[in-house]
Amino acid sequence: MANIITDETIEYVGILAKLELSAGEREKARQDMGRMLDYIDQLKELDTDGVEPMSHVLAVENVLREDVVTNGDMRQGLLANAPGEKDGMFTVPRTFV
Amino acid sequence: MGKQYETVIGLEVHVELATKTKIFCGCSTAFGGAPNTHTCPVCMGMPGSLPVLNGKVLEYAVMVGLAANCEITRYCKFDRKNYFYPDNPQNYQISQLYLPICRDGYVEIETQDGMKRIGIHEIHMEEDAGKLIHDEWEDCTLVDYNRSGVPLIEIVSEPDMRNAQEVIAFLEKLRLLIRYLGASDCKLQEGSMRADVNLSVREAGAQTFGTRTEMKNLNSFKAIQRAIEGERERQIDLLEAGEKVMQETRRWDDAKGCSHAMRSKEDAQDYRYFPDPDLTPIRISEAWLSERRAALPEFRTEKMERFRREYKIPDYDIQIITESRHMADLFEETAAICKEPKKVSNWLMGEMLRLLKEEEKEPEDSGISPAHLAALIMMKEKGEINGTAAKEVFEAMFHTDVDPLLYVEEKGLRLAADTDALQKVLRQVLADNPGSVEDYRGGKEKALGFLVGQTMKVMKGKANPGDVNRMLRELLQR
Repeated sequence: MANIITDETIEYVGILAKLELSAGEREKARQDMGRMLDYIDQLKELDTDGVEPMSHVLAVENVLREDVVTNGDMRQGLLANAPGEKDGMFTVPRTFV
Repeated sequence: MGKQYETVIGLEVHVELATKTKIFCGCSTAFGGAPNTHTCPVCMGMPGSLPVLNGKVLEYAVMVGLAANCEITRYCKFDRKNYFYPDNPQNYQISQLYLPICRDGYVEIETQDGMKRIGIHEIHMEEDAGKLIHDEWEDCTLVDYNRSGVPLIEIVSEPDMRNAQEVIAFLEKLRLLIRYLGASDCKLQEGSMRADVNLSVREAGAQTFGTRTEMKNLNSFKAIQRAIEGERERQIDLLEAGEKVMQETRRWDDAKGCSHAMRSKEDAQDYRYFPDPDLTPIRISEAWLSERRAALPEFRTEKMERFRREYKIPDYDIQIITESRHMADLFEETAAICKEPKKVSNWLMGEMLRLLKEEEKEPEDSGISPAHLAALIMMKEKGEINGTAAKEVFEAMFHTDVDPLLYVEEKGLRLAADTDALQKVLRQVLADNPGSVEDYRGGKEKALGFLVGQTMKVMKGKANPGDVNRMLRELLQR
């Protein structure tokens, strides 16, 4: 494996993804990420001059909706799987300092 | 002598668009619904749901771009901005980073030194987040996603402003253009227009910029002004003390008149943008763009010029009336019916502005229709109602656009015209005041005033003094 992922990178990616990894998981993630970068390096060998970046997998453009209300009140269903609910709202750990 | 500092300011202005539905789903954007009743799997970020762009959002964004002299990006797409926060159920906000819909524009503002161009770096489309409410009782946070997915445009200016006055003039200009387009009501207090201020200071004459901070939570022009002055001083104090300005986001506390840094190092500002694979790219054709251009309204500057040519009303009136497209339309349509432009302008500048200010409303919040306003003006000019009654009718029309003719009848406000009843009263007044009659016939004009007064008293004010005057003269000459 050509790409070696540092401890700092694992730590940083963990913070961004809000993941706490065990020592074993870190090691596995290190291997996986290294292999991903190796694959990218392999792709880089291709000559892509004059190739437009692809922004959508299908050859479709301009899929638009009319500005018409089509949805009614679906609150009950949407809240059904919420871990916490109060007064028709989701409850989450406090965010205000 | 102390160093001279220059303030450099750029703005990020978020404007909530006046669409009926959200940007990527068919949920209503109506304000004030019960929590989470305007939501669906798309705007709650449920796995497997698919966003579809609201065509009206694209149209409004392009119209604002054209009004702000921007280049319209002919091939644009959406990107995901990744961050974790409970107001954002998808864990990413759909926005535009690489190919924003509008770029490289400008608007002109008036400054003490004449007209100044403020550059627009870009305008992009994005979605709003949900609302967080702190629950004191259970010490947790409650989330309402009704605002999640409400369409926004973010207008990013160039760092072309140098003081709070220029910032406010720029915001007022944007507000005017956007309101003329009907793309948003742009109310700062209600959050349909929000401005973040990027500010740095540098020694006068310096060529490079200082380190900037971003100030959030500014919801009035006054707060913006105070925050700019406060942040300028804070940065100068740091530099004078030999310290450095940190590049950071700060939250303005208008009550305390100071700001504090918002984010900690734990929340790294690394948004890992990438193209959103769920939304298709947008290609804008020349034909579609021409249609949008043709649909642009007459903006204020042109409207003012035309009003100067077409109506004989003072320039001051023109300036005030054209501040809102709704007001300008109301003026023109009413004047076309009653043919009394100055009278229409007087009503708008007087009673209309008074009521709008008193009730903290925008012109379009009033239901008053041109046909009814014209009818009221004609009634008043014909002397069918007096000034006090006319104001009462106007106020009723302002609130519910009542028919002034019906209202006047219902409330008994119509002044008595040349009727038998009035004739009878006049004869009685003359019979009761032989002295005054004699005085008048002897050449004392003043005596007539007394007789008019007596008549008005008996009529309890419900007669037209002009008519009474004329009819008394006729009777006395017999």
